[in-house]
Amino acid sequence: MVDIPLDQVAGIPPAEVGEVELYHPRSWWTRYVFSQDAKVIAVQYSITAMSIGMVALVLSWMMRLQLGFPGTFSFIDANQYLQFITMHGMIMVIYLLTALFLGGFGNYLIPLMVGARDMVFPYVNMLSYWVYLLAVLVLAATFFVPGGPTGAGWTLYPPQAILSGTPGQDWGIVFMLASLILFIIGFTMGGLNYVVTVLQARTRGMTLMRLPLTVWGIFTATVMALLAFPALFVASVMLLLDRLLGTSFFMPTLVEMGQLSKYGGGSPILFQHLFWFFGHPEVYIVALPAFGIISDLISTHARKNIFGYRMMVWAIVAIGALSFVVWAHHMYVSGMHPYFGFFFATTTLIIAIPTAIKVYNWVLTLWRGDIHLTVPMLFALGFIVTFVNGGLTGLFLGNVVVDVPLSDTMFVVAHFHMVMGIAPIMAVFGGIYHWYPKVTGRMLNDVLGKFHFWVTFIGAYAVFFPMHYLGLLGMPRRYHDIGETSFVPASAHDLNAFMSVAALIVGFAQLVFLFNLVWSLFKGKEAGGNPWGATSLEWQTPETPPGHGNWGKELPIVYRWAYDYSVPGAARDFVPQNEPPSGVVAQGAHP
Amino acid sequence: MAVALILLLVAIASVLFHVYSPWWWTPIASNWRYIDDTINLTFWITGAVFCAVIAFMAYCVLRFHHKEGRRAVYNPENKKLEWWLSIGTAIGVVAMLAPGLVVWHQFVTVPADATDVEVVGQQWMWSYRLPGKDGRLGTSDARLISSENPLGLNPNDPNGQDDVVVQNDDLHLPVGKPVKVLLRSIDVLHDFYVPEFRAKMDMIPGSVTYYWLTPTRTGTFDVLCAELCGAAHAQMRSRVIVEEEKEYHAWLEKQRTFAALSGQRDVAKAAYKTGSE
Repeated sequence: MVDIPLDQVAGIPPAEVGEVELYHPRSWWTRYVFSQDAKVIAVQYSITAMSIGMVALVLSWMMRLQLGFPGTFSFIDANQYLQFITMHGMIMVIYLLTALFLGGFGNYLIPLMVGARDMVFPYVNMLSYWVYLLAVLVLAATFFVPGGPTGAGWTLYPPQAILSGTPGQDWGIVFMLASLILFIIGFTMGGLNYVVTVLQARTRGMTLMRLPLTVWGIFTATVMALLAFPALFVASVMLLLDRLLGTSFFMPTLVEMGQLSKYGGGSPILFQHLFWFFGHPEVYIVALPAFGIISDLISTHARKNIFGYRMMVWAIVAIGALSFVVWAHHMYVSGMHPYFGFFFATTTLIIAIPTAIKVYNWVLTLWRGDIHLTVPMLFALGFIVTFVNGGLTGLFLGNVVVDVPLSDTMFVVAHFHMVMGIAPIMAVFGGIYHWYPKVTGRMLNDVLGKFHFWVTFIGAYAVFFPMHYLGLLGMPRRYHDIGETSFVPASAHDLNAFMSVAALIVGFAQLVFLFNLVWSLFKGKEAGGNPWGATSLEWQTPETPPGHGNWGKELPIVYRWAYDYSVPGAARDFVPQNEPPSGVVAQGAHP
Repeated sequence: MAVALILLLVAIASVLFHVYSPWWWTPIASNWRYIDDTINLTFWITGAVFCAVIAFMAYCVLRFHHKEGRRAVYNPENKKLEWWLSIGTAIGVVAMLAPGLVVWHQFVTVPADATDVEVVGQQWMWSYRLPGKDGRLGTSDARLISSENPLGLNPNDPNGQDDVVVQNDDLHLPVGKPVKVLLRSIDVLHDFYVPEFRAKMDMIPGSVTYYWLTPTRTGTFDVLCAELCGAAHAQMRSRVIVEEEKEYHAWLEKQRTFAALSGQRDVAKAAYKTGSE
């Protein structure tokens, strides 16, 4: 894959770029708080996302306590249960995963991986974080407003989201929508930055087809997010108007608590279309960065080039494009015209093909590799298991007629947790174990890391695999208590209790991870600049952690793709992207 | 070694759980056995893929894990292999999608001889309406809803006068007769869900949705709400009793029509008025 002819190499001038363009910090405040350095913003995004994520984790414990042992805990009632599921879902999908992958990993890795000094609009980048923080604070405030947070489910379907009979209909829903609007504003500022940086600020020699797949994943996800979030934005604004000003965008003539309401003429289905026009791409906004990260983890730790790089890139782009024409598979039983089912089932199942290609290429990368079972590699393996499992159950739910009995049951809950809960979180953890040495200069503790992996992987699988079968049995989702039925056997309650215990253990393991993050910051082993022997540019910085501006005086020049591992004839089992081809020649690879 | 073994065990345990666990779908009570068959077919195909991928991964981890002196094979692409895998996947997808779409076509094509039955959802109870002797349901409008007319039926529609109204009680259906279930909500989204029927569909205020089925065995089945509808969503229950034609008609005889109900209300109102005077 060395595709610059040797005789041209001498002709490439050094990529010297002055540093005057960067805003250098003048005080502690501008260095660590109002910083314009993408790496600091990345850490700010990550810490904020993980903090609010902890709230969502605690909410999941509450939900599992209720489901496993209904009626035992007097502090959880039906209303609170609905508030818990709503806030858990919203936080995990948007405020944790989207923010962490794009704001966290994106900010840290894009400039370093493409060989840029920083994001192209550092000030807007900083603003993006502060608006995101504001969105998180408004979200957190809903726990303290009269009536508590909204309990409308994370999909916020009207009419019930804004009518009495649903918890949090006075203030909770208003704060929720305001927070979403803020989040989207903040994201748009960050997102434009990521896209323009990838397109405009790549260093010399870094062609698009030499980008690491992590950048491809984050880049494509960001483009999708910029196109998808506006749908949620307008839906939120319109719902807010319905709630506050009494407009009827989504509200038909209906009865509220036995009285004819003032609403009339709107369409609840319209909201669902807008929501899922955002909501389905959102699944891939979370999945594509995970795909990219996993590709790089597998390649680096198996010491082998990613198999079928070009196919991997096209698969990412194809998935990104297709994911805009499948949204209504979330609405097969919504009452939309039944003939839509034919179209959306077909497009949905077509997406399985590029997705399957990605899976094949990951396992084919392992084949005949030199697999180092490091913690990032373990998380990558865990990702493949959970993603394949969750992806395959997607073929049930995407196939319209199979979805009919399964939709709105625990099968759906099990499916999306496996595919866009556990799997992306595995990628997040794998990514953190992999890049933490670059961010801090120290390794995370290996023993704690392996403990964290095994408990999380086996535990989460034990929670969500059996859950499919409760759905198959017919247990609906969003029930705080199934109560008396003729079709749910007593043994199903035991299974629920088992899943709850497993969930609490998995939750405990996350505390070990947090401890590891803090402990290793001070006591971790010194990492050096490139502890994994990786090829991509972020590992070739002159300093670790990289300083402001990333590269010192000269930008790196890229001569090859990001996957030159175990190149025949090369001295080491990796060749960094910025190593000139003459190095290879010296070893006699090209006589 | 241990890692490969655990990966393999995850796949084996999943298959064993699938085969031996006692949690499986409820015995079917409608004509939608085709849906169950499509699910089974999907289980076979996806299960095979799942096991194959995990087993191959476990093999790789076992065979190619790092040892002193091992070097990975440099192997950027294999177009032929990638095409074959894509084609194989496409065949698997078609094998699931084609039968799925055929069954969906049946699901959305209501037979001409299906009887209408209306289900009305409201926070948090179910009501039902069956056509009277004329075989037709009268029209309804949410704006007509009042305490006298809780389902919002049109009092001026002659078709509606003989409609049988069942409020907050069980629905009875005759076995073996196709029914078109018309779904209506007067407040928020609901979803009429009977696990044994396999079918479900949301109910939306402002429009009428539907599905059809033929009950295939007698019995009493739970009705649940499958679309989040507020605080008491989980308690929104009712029952469907599928019975032989004769018993069904005996039940139907005892039910009251819309005209009778509104007449009764008129009488009650008149009585109340005279009493107060």
